[in-house]
Amino acid sequence: MTDRGLILACSAIGAGLAMIAGIGPGVGQGIAAGHGASAVGRNPGAKGTIMSTMLLGQAVAETTGLYGFAVAIILLFANPLIGRL
Amino acid sequence: MGNGSCLLSSLLSSDVSGRLIQLSSDEGVTFGVDGFLPYSFFGGKVWLTTTHITMLIIMMALVVFALIANRVIKRADPEKAPGPFLNVIEYMVESIDNLTKTNMGEKHGGKFANYIGTIFCFILLANVAGLFGLRPPTADYGVTFGLALITFVLIHYNGFKYQKMAHITNLFKPVLLTPINIIGELATPLSMSLRLFGNVLSGTVMMGLIYGLIGKFAIIWPSVLHGYFDVFSGAIQTYVFAMLTMVFISNNFEEE
Repeated sequence: MTDRGLILACSAIGAGLAMIAGIGPGVGQGIAAGHGASAVGRNPGAKGTIMSTMLLGQAVAETTGLYGFAVAIILLFANPLIGRL
Repeated sequence: MGNGSCLLSSLLSSDVSGRLIQLSSDEGVTFGVDGFLPYSFFGGKVWLTTTHITMLIIMMALVVFALIANRVIKRADPEKAPGPFLNVIEYMVESIDNLTKTNMGEKHGGKFANYIGTIFCFILLANVAGLFGLRPPTADYGVTFGLALITFVLIHYNGFKYQKMAHITNLFKPVLLTPINIIGELATPLSMSLRLFGNVLSGTVMMGLIYGLIGKFAIIWPSVLHGYFDVFSGAIQTYVFAMLTMVFISNNFEEE
């Protein structure tokens, strides 16, 4: 195996591992959605406010997953390690 | 792919050093920033990329809309009921005004309605550009980071305006937490821009993979995915960006 091949293979594995970061936002968004649903059940009149608050919280919770996504995209398509050869 | 360059910052956005970013493979999967026209800028070679062209198209659409709206508003007859187009314009202006006033307070909200409305229209059109076969400009880190930098400047301009020197001394409030406070301030534009960029880029990558790898079978059903990745996700991220801008700016008003 050439050095370049080794770097490419390990980068692909690393990109896959980086996407494990998707677990956290998934759990967090699920919790936010569940609490939002129970809040709407308790107070259906405030549906609009609950909805916008929930979406804002979910979007903020998503950030850590997107950091993982950025790392994966960098490893796949803009690999900085190949330049080190 | 594999051009061996290690300029991380330039690789995810339009390249300013003359090399083009190839976010594409040999299979015909294309979702990268393509350059069209090289030109020299202060001696360096830079490219006119898909991002610029899509942004120009969006700006033209917004300018034409604004000109038509201006004519319609000026010719509106106050005696008669407004027509459908005027109604839409009034609804847009009113909802932006309401949004800023509920989030930033009655006193300061009106001043920021212009900025919030502008970034709202621009980011919304930029995010749904994927529907029209264009590459969304917000899937270019340069664009989103620029937008977040404007917000960063606004946050601190208003911080100094309303809190004077307390804006700086607040950083050292619990003395032990000073580094964390400073990092937190600097991370604000980074996280805002990465959030928008990551969401739009993930949609672009998914649609590029679908059209590139199974293009023969992508007949009608990708419209559902367009509805999610472009329209739903784009609208949510627009709302979130505008909302976070308002929240961060209005944080500086209250502690006077």
